[in-house]
Amino acid sequence: METPENNKTRFGFGLTKGRQIDYDANDKKLCRFVVENEPSLLLCIGCGGCTATCTAAGFTDFNFRKLHHLLRRGEVFNLEKSMKNCMLCGKCKLVCPRGVNTRNVIFSLKRAFKMTDFSKTQ
Amino acid sequence: MKYYDPFILPFTIGLYFIFTFLVVKYAIWIFRLPKPDLIKIGKGFFTVKTFSATKEVFMESLLHRKVFKVNPVLGYMHMSLAMGWFLLILFGKIGTLSFSQDFFNPVHYAIFFKFFEPEDPHFFYSKTYYFLMDTFLLFILTGVGLAVFKRFRSKIFGLKKTTKTKLGDKFALSALWLIFPFRLLAESFTSGLHHSGHYLTGSLGIFFAGFLPLEMLVYPSWWAYSLALGVFFVALPFSRYTHIPTEMFLIFLRNYGIKTGNEFSGFSQAEILSCSRCGICIDKCQLTVAGCENAQPVYFLQDLRNNELTPELAMNCLQCGRCEEFCPVGIDIKKLRLIPRNELTSDNADFGYLPAAETRKAEVVFFAGCMTHLTPGIKKAMKNILDQAEIDYWFLDEDGGVCCGRPLILAGEMDSARQLIDYNRKLIFDSGAKILVTSCPICLKVFKKEYHLDVEILHHSEFILRLVEQGQIRLNKQLTRIAYHDPCELGRGSGIYDEPRNLINKTGTLVGSETEREQALCCGNSLGSFRLSAAHADHIMKDALDSLSTGNPDILATSCPLCKKTFSKAGKIPVKDIAELTAEAMSSNKDSIPEKKDFPEKNMDFAECRVCELEEEII
Ligand code: SF4
Ligand code: SF4
Ligand code: SF4
Ligand code: SF4
Repeated sequence: METPENNKTRFGFGLTKGRQIDYDANDKKLCRFVVENEPSLLLCIGCGGCTATCTAAGFTDFNFRKLHHLLRRGEVFNLEKSMKNCMLCGKCKLVCPRGVNTRNVIFSLKRAFKMTDFSKTQ
Repeated sequence: MKYYDPFILPFTIGLYFIFTFLVVKYAIWIFRLPKPDLIKIGKGFFTVKTFSATKEVFMESLLHRKVFKVNPVLGYMHMSLAMGWFLLILFGKIGTLSFSQDFFNPVHYAIFFKFFEPEDPHFFYSKTYYFLMDTFLLFILTGVGLAVFKRFRSKIFGLKKTTKTKLGDKFALSALWLIFPFRLLAESFTSGLHHSGHYLTGSLGIFFAGFLPLEMLVYPSWWAYSLALGVFFVALPFSRYTHIPTEMFLIFLRNYGIKTGNEFSGFSQAEILSCSRCGICIDKCQLTVAGCENAQPVYFLQDLRNNELTPELAMNCLQCGRCEEFCPVGIDIKKLRLIPRNELTSDNADFGYLPAAETRKAEVVFFAGCMTHLTPGIKKAMKNILDQAEIDYWFLDEDGGVCCGRPLILAGEMDSARQLIDYNRKLIFDSGAKILVTSCPICLKVFKKEYHLDVEILHHSEFILRLVEQGQIRLNKQLTRIAYHDPCELGRGSGIYDEPRNLINKTGTLVGSETEREQALCCGNSLGSFRLSAAHADHIMKDALDSLSTGNPDILATSCPLCKKTFSKAGKIPVKDIAELTAEAMSSNKDSIPEKKDFPEKNMDFAECRVCELEEEII
């Protein structure tokens, strides 16, 4: 997740935090929970239709495709915060060509974050 | 003691037990009601409301009028048991009073009158009394017979499925089934011995006397009758039969104006326990069509009662409201379904990022809604109509806009929804408009219920009809045959059935379909359900489409963008919104032939099949 704090400008150059994906450090428990609750997530082909139509994505850097990628990789550190941007409006679900039940994916995440099992990933 | 025999003990103990139990329980519920509700009871108690509640108890709990309406055989079964038993008690009591002239004779005296007075003594109107007692018993026995039959063959009731029973229920159920056959036997045996009894018990008595040692059987049969009663009374609070007293209690609370809130309270407790498990909702809920087992209201309420509700079940409901339309107890199922949802999420969305939007002054504000943005045809048609009628309007969410908040409410996130509501509300308020028009029934409902706006809120079908009636736009009637699908949120949700139909009749010919108006089917894609897979939703859609096509229409009309998108997917028949039909009728010539090609040829079944496969792999 690239937030402004990650980009420190020094001598006119932008320094970006390393984007190495550390699978050992990442937490895939959350991903398993979501997929168990909404198996259709596995159908996603990353086409980005959901993101193009998303209202929240128009105002923020939150979007469903990105959320899905981060979740899959287990980079769940900022997910809880960014998920709060979603209006659950369901436009993403309606345009998805693969029939991914995106709303339930997001709702499952919300559920997960309320449960104590997942609280340490917050 | 004059009226005593040890066999009455099971009955008497059971009776006192249930009486105390219910009084304590209802007192706790009342105690748990929120304060405003308590005030409502206090204010309504000495008014006509108590009277109308009593009347309703008579109509619903005894006569079961609503069950009758949905299903006459089932209604007769419920009525014969409830009404028959009530009459048996009432006339039994009157009879004993008339005979003994003792107002304070104990309750069991009337119940076991035949045991204490086996010779059928004469008193005022005693002939009628004996005749009535036999008749009521026969009446009840036919009901019991149907109930037994229903357990094993539910088809004759027109129900595809019947509810499952638990152990506690089995106890109460067996006791209930046995009570009246035992009474029949006890009274017949006594009559046989004493040569008394009327047409039923009397003749059976003579019949039994022919081949049974009645002296030995009489006393045990009275014991059996009393035991069955006692067991039923003790098992009642722990079985589904609590619904009998609880429904009466609920009717009173409801008549005082108490409604289901956003949290569980004494009132929702009463609602949950009032479900008679008649099973009517199983067939009416379209989750059954989708093949979802055990997700229908009756199971949902059962799980709530047993504290076994799973998140899956809480999230699996279309919020279509069809079940409520048929539920004879009138339980607010939709609202109850939302309460556990709230407990699943933190309800802490943050929409602080929304920009301070600019308002425009206008007479009319048009809010298309998210779903309309995904069906551009409706948007275009609306603009066309508003321009043609020369309305001074502001298209609030022309460049996207913000969600109305209802989807969040359906997820049980009321606080999160509030933020969106406040945002949109300010925009509408600042515009100074007098009328708010929306194309989306989902938005319409939340505007009406949660926005507390001081403007007239109209669905576009109402607004367009008004424009036509005021002569601001003119329509040419065409030869098209049009079937109309009532969107759940517009029909049952907001009670708008006639306006779209009137409009259709001005643009073409309306053809009826199997399930209309209050009974309309859901398209299956409702925002209420989070759990329904695309494949399941598709089953519902196809089933609804079949029912809508019974009149063989050229076009399917609807007035909800979500329904339109869902039905279009099937690719069977062109689907148009009311606004699109109107816009076409505005410009077209008379007698033009309906267009049939502007709908997708293929659907997207490939994705849905894959979902099923995956679900099987994972679970
Ligand atoms: S639209 Fe559907 S398939 Fe495409 S990225 Fe979004 S979820 Fe994945
Ligand atoms: S439901 Fe959430 S992610 Fe999907 S379009 Fe709406 S705001 Fe975006
Ligand atoms: S919810 Fe209503 S319709 Fe369904 S079983 Fe209960 S009482 Fe009958
Ligand atoms: S609201 Fe609709 S989907 Fe939900 S339980 Fe009732 S009939 Fe079934």
